[in-house]
Amino acid sequence: MINPVKKAPRVLFKQATVVDPESGKEWRSDVVVEEGVLKGTEQVAAGGFDGEVVDTTGMILCPGLIDMHVHLREPGREDEETVRSGCQAAMAGGFVSVCPMPNTDPAVDNAEIVTYLKKQAQDLLVDVFPIAAVTLGRLGESLTEMGDLVKAGAVAFSDDGDPVATADRMRRALEYASMFDVAIINHCEDKSLSKQGVMNESAVSTSLGLPGIPGISEDVMVARDIQIAEFTGGRLHIAHISTANSVALVREAKKRGVRVTCEVMPHHFVLTDEAVRSYDSNFKMNPPLRTAADVEAMLVGLQDGTIDVIATDHAPHAIEEKQVEFDAAPFGIVGLETALGLVLKHLVEPGVLSLPQALAKMTHAPADILNVQRGRLKVGAEASITIFDPDAEWCVDKKNFVSKSKNTPFDGWELKGRVKALYNRERLWTA
Amino acid sequence: MQFSRKHLLGLEGFSKEEILYILDTAKSFKEVLSRPIPKVPTLRGKTIVNLFFEASTRTRISFELAEKRLSADSVNFAVSTSSVKKGETLRDTARNIEAMKIDMVVMRHSAAGAPHFLSECVDAHIINAGDGQHEHPTQGLLDLMTLQEKFDDLSRLKVVVIGDIAHSRVARSNIYGLQALGAKVGLCGPSTFIPYQANHWGVEIFYKIEEAIEWADVLNVLRIQLERQQGGMFSTTREYFNLFGITRRRIAAAGKDITILHPGPINRGVEIESELADSDCALILQQVTNGVAIRMAVLYLFSGLPSANDSESET
Repeated sequence: MINPVKKAPRVLFKQATVVDPESGKEWRSDVVVEEGVLKGTEQVAAGGFDGEVVDTTGMILCPGLIDMHVHLREPGREDEETVRSGCQAAMAGGFVSVCPMPNTDPAVDNAEIVTYLKKQAQDLLVDVFPIAAVTLGRLGESLTEMGDLVKAGAVAFSDDGDPVATADRMRRALEYASMFDVAIINHCEDKSLSKQGVMNESAVSTSLGLPGIPGISEDVMVARDIQIAEFTGGRLHIAHISTANSVALVREAKKRGVRVTCEVMPHHFVLTDEAVRSYDSNFKMNPPLRTAADVEAMLVGLQDGTIDVIATDHAPHAIEEKQVEFDAAPFGIVGLETALGLVLKHLVEPGVLSLPQALAKMTHAPADILNVQRGRLKVGAEASITIFDPDAEWCVDKKNFVSKSKNTPFDGWELKGRVKALYNRERLWTA
Repeated sequence: MQFSRKHLLGLEGFSKEEILYILDTAKSFKEVLSRPIPKVPTLRGKTIVNLFFEASTRTRISFELAEKRLSADSVNFAVSTSSVKKGETLRDTARNIEAMKIDMVVMRHSAAGAPHFLSECVDAHIINAGDGQHEHPTQGLLDLMTLQEKFDDLSRLKVVVIGDIAHSRVARSNIYGLQALGAKVGLCGPSTFIPYQANHWGVEIFYKIEEAIEWADVLNVLRIQLERQQGGMFSTTREYFNLFGITRRRIAAAGKDITILHPGPINRGVEIESELADSDCALILQQVTNGVAIRMAVLYLFSGLPSANDSESET
């Protein structure tokens, strides 16, 4: 259960530690919101404030967090997650905006479904910024009506788990999408190489006898898409990067000025394929957990800016679908409620990233890729705020998840940082 | 010794002492098999289900015989007669069977790790009769037993496993079992059949059969599954036989005694020359006999009964 959200046009956040990820600055101040608009972030508010007052002493106040890669399962699998339950899980994890992927049933390939998703979220604090399909039915053939979809509210295009298989279709998608200045997000996987694979192909898969998904299945498509993006000038965003070679390809491409960005998921920078030795299907996702060398490359990529975004690939699955043989289980884990804790515990605490650097990858970096007016503390603009206690230590207990699904590999993990309050769309929520 | 393992999921991680203990136990059961009435009351009152999700003839018959020789009550559950086709999950199938008060489950499944998963769902003792491309521990043990009968000490032995290593559960159980006993293991086959990073096993890898035979004391020849041809894993059976077939000529060229194992069923003329399979250096039928003894030992040792040696030492 989760506290109710209040309509609150005027809010005063007292004594916050404000972190601006973009400038890297951090300061103590009251923060004032009036009529949903950010008014002041740098002074002590006058007494007798007429509105909600939230004591944020000792708390971090930053731009509202954005998760640009989630699966909300609506329409089609409302037993696993809905727009509403997924948005509540997002709130529990500190996110004020989420981008659901279009691999629903039916797929998000026309404006009607985008409108439907927006309608499902209209009363929520959390923004739902849908990502629409590149091709009709995500079948890799006819391009969707991107103009219409953008008008309805789609912020990017992706065929998600079914990557755009032919180079020609990818070329046309990048060319066509550039008319609307939106990115094509590709799940880079050459399925002729990954075949029936269920985990990373490595010494571990060799010893476990599980069919492998080689790193090259990702690398060859990343390389292909970068070449096509360079040729077309289109904007390419690589979903859930997981291999050292792919990070190197993106790094080189960025140096050449190719318009490419990429994201990494927490599980790909904290876990390796060694975890699969348990045959626990909560360690099965696609792309799969890779090797220690790949994890190291993720950390370097995060540090040097090659990796722009941290997202979750929140993929709820029904317990009966996951409680099966490893081969038979679907790919994917939930992530919304553990991401911030993993980032603070495994990136910020050991000093891989500073707090502002880490938050940048969950705020203005995704906002810029998606072209949404979020991710910054801009006086005079619509207020979108996440407030969390950076020092709170807690233990993951999947029974307490707000999400309808509990398929996490992090049950029992000790994490850091708990969400205390969120503000977005003139709504206030306190945990 | 104290034999404390509850399940036999695979040979990976087994110590030399544990394996020798199983082999010793199998030796005494092999003696039982040579008696006029080859039956003992050891597992009387124990109920065992043979849960076969994948077609198997010889392994299932070998387990069934072992169960009967030990006087256990056993039932067979084969995929074609089961509710699996009605969409029931493995977990539900297993829990239903367990609700009928089963002590042990012998399981064959096409998914690697399926017995590990099952062991998390139910209280019964699980014996892995082959899981996907992962392990086939009783096959590994019967190969070890057969070699031990011939060579006694395996610690100076060099064994090459030949064929489709990548897709072979027999290969994996052989590697783990042989290495635990101190033997050196080689792998030989087309490079597409040698799994990625196989060198992590600490094995010799050969792409020329002549070099493998030159190095080895024992060849464990795997069955070539013809459907791999379609997957682009090798070209033709003719070329396979030309490059990797075990022939009298190749054995003779090595100029030394070579022992041959084969887990069966044999593709004569594909992985091994027919005459060689029938020759004295091939221990194939001995492997089959030992299979029953090994499975008796395994069923007994993993049944949860206090072992005979322990009760002796207590009295």
